[in-house]
Amino acid sequence: MAENIIVYGLVSSGVYALLAVGFSLIFGVARIVNLAHTAFYMLAAYLIYSLASAAGLNLYLSIIISIIIVTIAGTLSYKFLIARVRQHEATTLIVTIAIAVIIQEALLKGFGGQPRGIPKLISGSMEIFGVTVLNQQLLTFGVVVFLLLATWFFLMKTKSGVAIRAIAQDREVANLMGINVPRMEMLTMAISVGLAAIAGALVAPLLLVTPGMWTHPLVMILAVVVLGGLGSLQGSLIGAIILGFAENMVVFLAPSGSFLKTSVALTIMLIVILIKPEGLFGIVFEEERG
Amino acid sequence: MSLPAAYFTKAFKLLRGEVFVLPSRTAVLLIGILLLIFPAFSQEPFILRVLILAAIFAIFAASWDLLSGFTGQINFGHALFFGVAAYTAALLNLNLGLAPWATIPIGAIAAVLAGLVVGIPCLRLRGTYLAFATLAFPLILLGVVYAIPSVSGGELGLQSIDPLSKSRVISYYIIIPSMIVLGFIMWKISDSKIGLLFHAIREDEVTARASGINTTRYKLLAFCLSGLFAGIAGGLYAHFLTQAGPSTLQLLLSFQVIIWAVFGGIATIYGPIAGVLILYPLTEYVLIRYLSVLSQAKMLIFAFIVLLVLLFMPQGLTTWLRDKTEKICPRCKLQNVAWRRKCRVCTAELD
Repeated sequence: MAENIIVYGLVSSGVYALLAVGFSLIFGVARIVNLAHTAFYMLAAYLIYSLASAAGLNLYLSIIISIIIVTIAGTLSYKFLIARVRQHEATTLIVTIAIAVIIQEALLKGFGGQPRGIPKLISGSMEIFGVTVLNQQLLTFGVVVFLLLATWFFLMKTKSGVAIRAIAQDREVANLMGINVPRMEMLTMAISVGLAAIAGALVAPLLLVTPGMWTHPLVMILAVVVLGGLGSLQGSLIGAIILGFAENMVVFLAPSGSFLKTSVALTIMLIVILIKPEGLFGIVFEEERG
Repeated sequence: MSLPAAYFTKAFKLLRGEVFVLPSRTAVLLIGILLLIFPAFSQEPFILRVLILAAIFAIFAASWDLLSGFTGQINFGHALFFGVAAYTAALLNLNLGLAPWATIPIGAIAAVLAGLVVGIPCLRLRGTYLAFATLAFPLILLGVVYAIPSVSGGELGLQSIDPLSKSRVISYYIIIPSMIVLGFIMWKISDSKIGLLFHAIREDEVTARASGINTTRYKLLAFCLSGLFAGIAGGLYAHFLTQAGPSTLQLLLSFQVIIWAVFGGIATIYGPIAGVLILYPLTEYVLIRYLSVLSQAKMLIFAFIVLLVLLFMPQGLTTWLRDKTEKICPRCKLQNVAWRRKCRVCTAELD
């Protein structure tokens, strides 16, 4: 029991962390609540399915192609749809929901509602301290850790990363310092969607792929970023670990736990933000200049 | 002059002075009358069903607007009020045998209490945090509903509760006038001093508090009022469809109400109502019947329509139309037709 909680908890925390970091990044930089974030994750999973299982391409090749296509699709949808309405907050929300619904319905139409399976990237399992772990789970966890470190390195050490953090701190002053704000926002969106696509590629072999698979992770990453504090990357990581483990503990320990896992995770999120309204690591944003 | 004639003259004066001066108000009056006399033209059960559901969702969308559009407290979990009222009405009807005229008000009161349950803890939260926190409430309740199928009916929901009326036309004449009256009440609230204070809270809460407004009280009032109207909609929905299921609490319904409201134009009350009355019959009836769109594709087309309209009218449909046809008098702040030179009341020059 305990070993299952640890294995599944680590995998789902890792996936939530990857999704939440991308979501948090685009929120922190462009103040866009991208509700289509997990729809891109689903799109990547379906593209891999159609390229690998239906078109019979090499699995590695199809994963790379899918990630590239989804990243381009996300960036284009940002440039042509979201960026045009972003000064109206509510409209931005609806536009991102509309994008998510369009992706969902297009997939439903193209592939039907039945669940699809994707072959595992690496098969087999391993015994670690007497616990059976699927190799795919190990791979997922390894890639998540690598990507989180890479994102951190990019944001902290490279010139573009510094520019992105500068925009997150103060958009206008960053603009005055000669940073090309629209281009950096596009780059952030590309990274954000790219991370979502990779998360989709990692999770697809572990789950069944269905056109409704985006709503649950969306709810979870919204809870994760609020729990950790909006715009804080380490907050997203900690929030993902807390909620990922909480969810799996409920599933394995409570009766009818799979129904209650979301309820418990969301209740934890509510309790935390009622005690600490800005989340665990939240930065209190100054009021934006009008 | 006899008394009825005096009332008639007064009503006519009111109509001429307040309604016919603006094309938008005339249009609202015409649409209201058209909806009321609609069964004289067609009593096809399916059309009536679509219109009734559209009216129920119109009340629901307007109640979202009263809370989120006016006070700016974006509520991502508005389905909570709808679902709580629907389930309360259904449970009371099934277990205690209460009639719809009793269960719907009690369901609405339950939704008001739900408004307090959400509103009080969320007073500390602002902006995006508030939106994501409110999202959690209906989903938490949904998990509980699934976990206790013996009480809640689980995934199937509660079936075969009493209908509003055996005849669909009578149901129509219960629900459409309710929509018109409730919509008018909500519009009056938003046009009153309370509505002005709601606006003030959205624009700048700190300044509103500094001006001596108890913003806490008014925010809670907004949650309760919104819960009340959404609850009435939820109760009507349960009794019209004779069932209350998990779909009344789902994420999609919470998102859908925001889509309708933003599509119509927020902070107007009539905008969300127009949004639902346009989009719901369009996707449920017109597309399928006249353009032979498959019903699987209706959500796709719905999303495309919303996307395209919002790209060109980012503030929503009715707000865009209002800005094209009406001007606000710079002196007395009353709405005037855009082609007038002088204000209809204070004769100030309109620029």
